[in-house]
Amino acid sequence: MTAPRIIVVGAGPAGIRAAQTLVEAGVRPVVIDEGEASGGQIYRRQPNGFKRDFRQLYGTEHRRARDLHETFDALREKMDYRPRTLAWNLSEGALHIVHNGISNAVPFDGMILATGATDRLLPVRGWTTPGVYSLGASQIALKAQACAIGRRVVFIGTGPLLYLVATQYLKAGAEVAAVLDTSAFGHRLAALPLLLARPDALAKGLALIAQLRLAGITMLTGIRPIAIEAGADRNVARVHVRDARGRDRNFMCDAVAMGYHLRPETQLADLARCDFSFDPATHLWSPMTDAMGRTSVRGIYVAGDGVKISGADAAEIAGRLAAHAAIADLHSAHPAGRGAEGSVKKLLTSHRRMDRFRRGLAKGFPWPAHLAEALPDDTILCRCESVTVGSLRMAATALGAPEVNRAKAFVRVGMGRCQGRFCGPASAEILAAVLGKSTDGVGRLRGQAPVKPLPIATVPEDAS
Amino acid sequence: MTEKADVVVIGGGFMGAASAFFLRQRARSVILLERGLIGQQASGVNFGNVRRQGRYLPQLPLANRSRAIWSRLTELIGTDCEFLATGHLRICYRREDVGELEAYATHAREYGLDLELLTQRALIARYPYLGPEIVAASLSPQDGHANPRLAAPAFGRAARSAGAQIHENTEVVGVTRSGEDFLIESADGRRFSAPTLLITAGAWATQLSAQLGETAPLVVRGPQMGVTEPVPYRVEPVVGVMTNDPREVIYLRQVTRGNIVFGGGGRGPADATARRAYVLPGNILNQFRQLGRLVPDIRRLNLIRVWSGIESYLPDDCPIMGESPTVPGLYYAFGFCGHGFQLGPGVGETMAELIDTGTTEIDLAPYRIERFAEAAPIALPEVELSE
Amino acid sequence: MNRFVRLAEHDRAEIRFRIDGRGVTALEGDTLLTAMRLNGFILRWSEFSDGPRAGFCLMGACQDCWVTTAEGGRLRACSTLVANDLSILTTPEVE
Repeated sequence: MTAPRIIVVGAGPAGIRAAQTLVEAGVRPVVIDEGEASGGQIYRRQPNGFKRDFRQLYGTEHRRARDLHETFDALREKMDYRPRTLAWNLSEGALHIVHNGISNAVPFDGMILATGATDRLLPVRGWTTPGVYSLGASQIALKAQACAIGRRVVFIGTGPLLYLVATQYLKAGAEVAAVLDTSAFGHRLAALPLLLARPDALAKGLALIAQLRLAGITMLTGIRPIAIEAGADRNVARVHVRDARGRDRNFMCDAVAMGYHLRPETQLADLARCDFSFDPATHLWSPMTDAMGRTSVRGIYVAGDGVKISGADAAEIAGRLAAHAAIADLHSAHPAGRGAEGSVKKLLTSHRRMDRFRRGLAKGFPWPAHLAEALPDDTILCRCESVTVGSLRMAATALGAPEVNRAKAFVRVGMGRCQGRFCGPASAEILAAVLGKSTDGVGRLRGQAPVKPLPIATVPEDAS
Repeated sequence: MTEKADVVVIGGGFMGAASAFFLRQRARSVILLERGLIGQQASGVNFGNVRRQGRYLPQLPLANRSRAIWSRLTELIGTDCEFLATGHLRICYRREDVGELEAYATHAREYGLDLELLTQRALIARYPYLGPEIVAASLSPQDGHANPRLAAPAFGRAARSAGAQIHENTEVVGVTRSGEDFLIESADGRRFSAPTLLITAGAWATQLSAQLGETAPLVVRGPQMGVTEPVPYRVEPVVGVMTNDPREVIYLRQVTRGNIVFGGGGRGPADATARRAYVLPGNILNQFRQLGRLVPDIRRLNLIRVWSGIESYLPDDCPIMGESPTVPGLYYAFGFCGHGFQLGPGVGETMAELIDTGTTEIDLAPYRIERFAEAAPIALPEVELSE
Repeated sequence: MNRFVRLAEHDRAEIRFRIDGRGVTALEGDTLLTAMRLNGFILRWSEFSDGPRAGFCLMGACQDCWVTTAEGGRLRACSTLVANDLSILTTPEVE
């Protein structure tokens, strides 16, 4: 039996472990990576010529980072690795990729989507002002460019990344103006039993908060963001919030890092027509899977933060599991397909523990749906198309849009270059509130090709 | 309980919504039944061309009637649906095709459509962004474009405001005739009846007409649409290619916000039952090449989105429109073969007139449903003339 | 004025390029976005007249940082490394 053709999309922790597991089973995977080099966002490598060591770059995770990078580098000859390559579309049995302006159809028997996540955002007045970046962006600036996004940075939003990136900025010598969390301390207490599923990770998180406290950083919980205000030069000058006691607080700054935990990148699973389900705990839609990562579509597997936001360690396990599933389904004649039961069982056990922790994070740092509902009408919601919150509400009330795709058709919310990645989560909450429906009751924005903007100058391989 | 009206319309696409609106203008009571939401299928996913030139010549009186309504949308339904009479430019790449443009212009004049023929030199002077391969063009100054995502829903809302009973998410499972009335049953068991039935159900129309003993060889296809990122507004007219080579077919329009919408170059597969249609990646890449021939600067831009939907086609590229020859009180308007958008308002007004008065000045003879029973089967034309 | 602040990795080759006709410098390995922000430039103006933009996600997802080159080309500033002789316009080409 010849080895099946398996594509891994993404070369972060899930993609690397999936590729490794496939190679161990005698498969030569094609690995598609949009990045310059493997590592994904979390273990992103710095450009050539940068000299910081693993410990400086990845902090407490430096051993994992080194292991992943070394593992991947050792596999290079045993797989078909395509960096700087975008998977832009999917058709029956073929993934369409583009590299250097040339598009290419790669046929496959199986495909593991390890596409990772991006920041989940809640708009606020002024969030398009220069100097406002996502939390992920702020971390990338530091890790991959050795830069801070500004001289004095306000961190606002919720989620573990809020505290992690603030601490990293502090250590790197940037000034942290404040850390402003929409979640309340009580949320964290309630989540404690779930978070104890990973005492190590919990301890790391508490250490971050302790470091910020020790440095005398203002940290507020239970805040409500009011506005990001620009100065005369039209750049960020101030963040205005209301604190838990209802008092207005202003923080002078020249940069803002904002984010509300992460959301999975699910475009390819959507183009593959996988079934999705809504998770009421996180208010996120994800491809439905079994414990191994099999989707509703035969031959399509998903792993890591591209399905559920469980973090890098869980992603490594999920990558291995998805690869084991693909091998069992498509390459059962191979001995590794038969002998893997023991290790799969262990992986499943750890993954369940990770999932418990994931639910703890969702509970401890909840997505503030109620704040989306309360956004003023003049707030820009869709950054790409400059659609306001009020326009979306009008689509529902005056034009009768009962769900998100209809609202998109009427007022272009989610219709721009980013395809709703950054306005989608808040749009659903706003629409649900104005229609008096549940969040899942207003549906899910359907994904459309291309996965990301595709230059019109792109040519097919055979024409080049 | 059965809900009754003068007319039941099945299918809330552009044709059904416009018909319901104009029936209300004539004070007929109307029930409109739509399986999903108004204007979601062919009516909502098409290119948005408000184009007369290039049409089957005998269709021009209907297209002219429709064009007159497009100018009056704000007064009629309270919104212009982003309609702009920007002009429509039909270009060709070959000297030997110029004669066809000229002949069409001569004939179109007899139908009251004045076209202006432009030489290559005139084109370069007036539209400097056009590509050097273009040898000539025909300009229809009063044609233009509109937003298909808005048009049918806007007619639906206007019809509802005018008193039409519009039931969305209502799938019809049974149509029968009982005495003088049609009885219509929905999947959830509701019943509707009327002495007049208008079927405007696009790709799904023959499933309904067959229950009353009539059918037509309808096939479904998905248009291949795309849109670029926004750039400063520059391309005013809608531009389309006249060619005998289906791969060369491309058409584009720029909305004033800046995005360039395009389509053409063969259609994709569509599945009416699953309500799914596909944009083929190979088609997209071919469209890129054709776009570059038409407007070379477009090669600098990015595609940001593609889409398709379910359109229905008939072997002679003409719709079915008019009264049933065998069932009194039964009317049709469906199968617009990918070029129904411009016609929408005119079809609505014409069907309302026909149902209300029993006659219309528009010659509907070419669109009789029985033409397919009379003729031998014709292969679907290879050439794509429509958008 | 907000601008990026370089905290480390100063020891790299210098790159010279132009923004709106002005000569500016960066270091090899800087993305175009980093280079523009270090020099205090915005990236572009919103097509819909709601002001300047300076990128947002830095990971190629939000598409907020597409800039125009003097030749009329387009570059996603967060995923493009800065190079000598690049010439960037923060306002779109005027017809």
